[in-house]
Amino acid sequence: MKVKRIFTYLFLSITALVSIFPFLWIVISATNKSVDVTKGRLLPGTYLVENFKKLLDTTDLGTALWNSAKISILTTILAILFASLAGYGFEIFRSKMKDVVFNILLLSMMIPFAALMVPLYRMFARISNAAPMIGIDTMAAVMLPTITTAFLIFFFRQSSKMFPKDMVEAGRIDGLSDLGIFFKIFMPTMKTTYAAAGIITFMSSWNNYLWPLIVLQSPQQRTIPLLISNLGSGYAPDYGLIMLAIVIATLPTALVFFLMQKHFVAGMTGSVK
Amino acid sequence: MRADKQGVSIRAKNAFTGWSFILVAVLMIIAFYFYPMLEALILSFKTGTGANLSFTGWSNYERLLTDKTFLTALTNTSIYLIIQVPIMIVLALFISVLLNDNTLKFKGFFRTAIFLPCVTSLVAYSVVFKYLFGINGLVNTMLMKLSIISAPIEWITDPFWAKITIIIAITWRWTGYNMIFYLSALQNIDNSIYEAARIDGASSVTQFFKITIPMLKPIILFTSITSTIGTLQLFDEVLNITKGGPGNATLSISQYIYNLSFKYTADFGYAATVSYSIVLLIVVLSILQFKVAGEK
Repeated sequence: MKVKRIFTYLFLSITALVSIFPFLWIVISATNKSVDVTKGRLLPGTYLVENFKKLLDTTDLGTALWNSAKISILTTILAILFASLAGYGFEIFRSKMKDVVFNILLLSMMIPFAALMVPLYRMFARISNAAPMIGIDTMAAVMLPTITTAFLIFFFRQSSKMFPKDMVEAGRIDGLSDLGIFFKIFMPTMKTTYAAAGIITFMSSWNNYLWPLIVLQSPQQRTIPLLISNLGSGYAPDYGLIMLAIVIATLPTALVFFLMQKHFVAGMTGSVK
Repeated sequence: MRADKQGVSIRAKNAFTGWSFILVAVLMIIAFYFYPMLEALILSFKTGTGANLSFTGWSNYERLLTDKTFLTALTNTSIYLIIQVPIMIVLALFISVLLNDNTLKFKGFFRTAIFLPCVTSLVAYSVVFKYLFGINGLVNTMLMKLSIISAPIEWITDPFWAKITIIIAITWRWTGYNMIFYLSALQNIDNSIYEAARIDGASSVTQFFKITIPMLKPIILFTSITSTIGTLQLFDEVLNITKGGPGNATLSISQYIYNLSFKYTADFGYAATVSYSIVLLIVVLSILQFKVAGEK
């Protein structure tokens, strides 16, 4: 029994250390000179401010952060709005026909993005001629294909099952319209569901790489993952600077995670319960 | 008569409201998933560069069957799949069973720490791993200091070790993610089942195989399908850690499609053909996993 206990703690400690170590390393490296990082220095240094100045001088960090923030926040708002309307609609106004449509939508979860990237790129290239505002190299082109996912609709439909139907009736008797019931009763009651869905969407939008890589072409449109990837591909990388950029890029999602850990876990597991 | 008519109109109005709630989402999924899939199908029968495409029948599919690079990408992806997914799932299961013990101290800390990799972006952690596993990187330095190896391992430039590096990277990023699903499923298992088993004299190993595994079957199926789909779509890591190299030793199918469309002369038709191979693989593997798990 004792041996088993010791083994458990030892195993979990090693696993936890391996999981955390890269984080410690980037934070430490962000405070060191590039040379010291390559030497394997594992103590905090004094180059944080210098790295930060250099990062601001040599890259478009501010622009990339602003682009990522705009895209992620807008995507999140629209995604949870459309998906919750649909999830609620599928659950509250049930019909055979809608169940069929819902099942067809779910099939889209099996479609890999690799199969979509070529036709999507061609689609936005065509749109570029007619409506440059939402064509290649625009924020809208990054957002549009990622706003609606079958997963999020499924997630909201599952949660709508827990929403008491009596409240819909009560709302109707009070003279509320169906949209009124949705915004004034459903949304406030389902706050946690919205929080979970919002966190998941924000994270995946903030971290999205492949589609922005294809559709964004000019440097001033670049998002954070594109900037990081670009910094990392140089032949004479400045390690301290790159590590600082990675820390800054990871900060928003890490913060969101720590502040809302409970919702995040609930959101991830809620979908399979 | 009048009441009947009113009933119909209320029902019609309700049906209309219902459809209007789901309209935007349905249209968006048609526009950005189903329509592109159809276009990819049509594209796969065309050849040419850039916008100059013409129908050439099955020629792309014939090319696919003799394409050595595609075969390499397919083999690489299969290796990741066969080695990485089982390792990760067993590891995640093992950790979650250890963490499910109520008498364990620092549970919250362990759980948070092991889940932490999931908050990083695929690009950011890939760049970090590229440097950690570089020839003069920290991993080699540490292994040499501990006298585990005498010469640095070529983690990124050797065809064998490059695949191992990718496998280590994906395992680091996703084990905690899968663990969370198992943990929440474990918490839903009634403790009295285990108590009854203990009274019957079942060892903890027997309990694991006779109670935990069967109870977790649906979740294990879910995580293995999502991990399979994820691995088949592998892109960010390979591009940012090894660029698909050395040679094509780590090239994934997604990266090959990307290269065909956006890196070399744009061969959209053939790229679409290759992309249908992933769709086919996902469908076949998902059905297979359902069959193995014994569900319909």
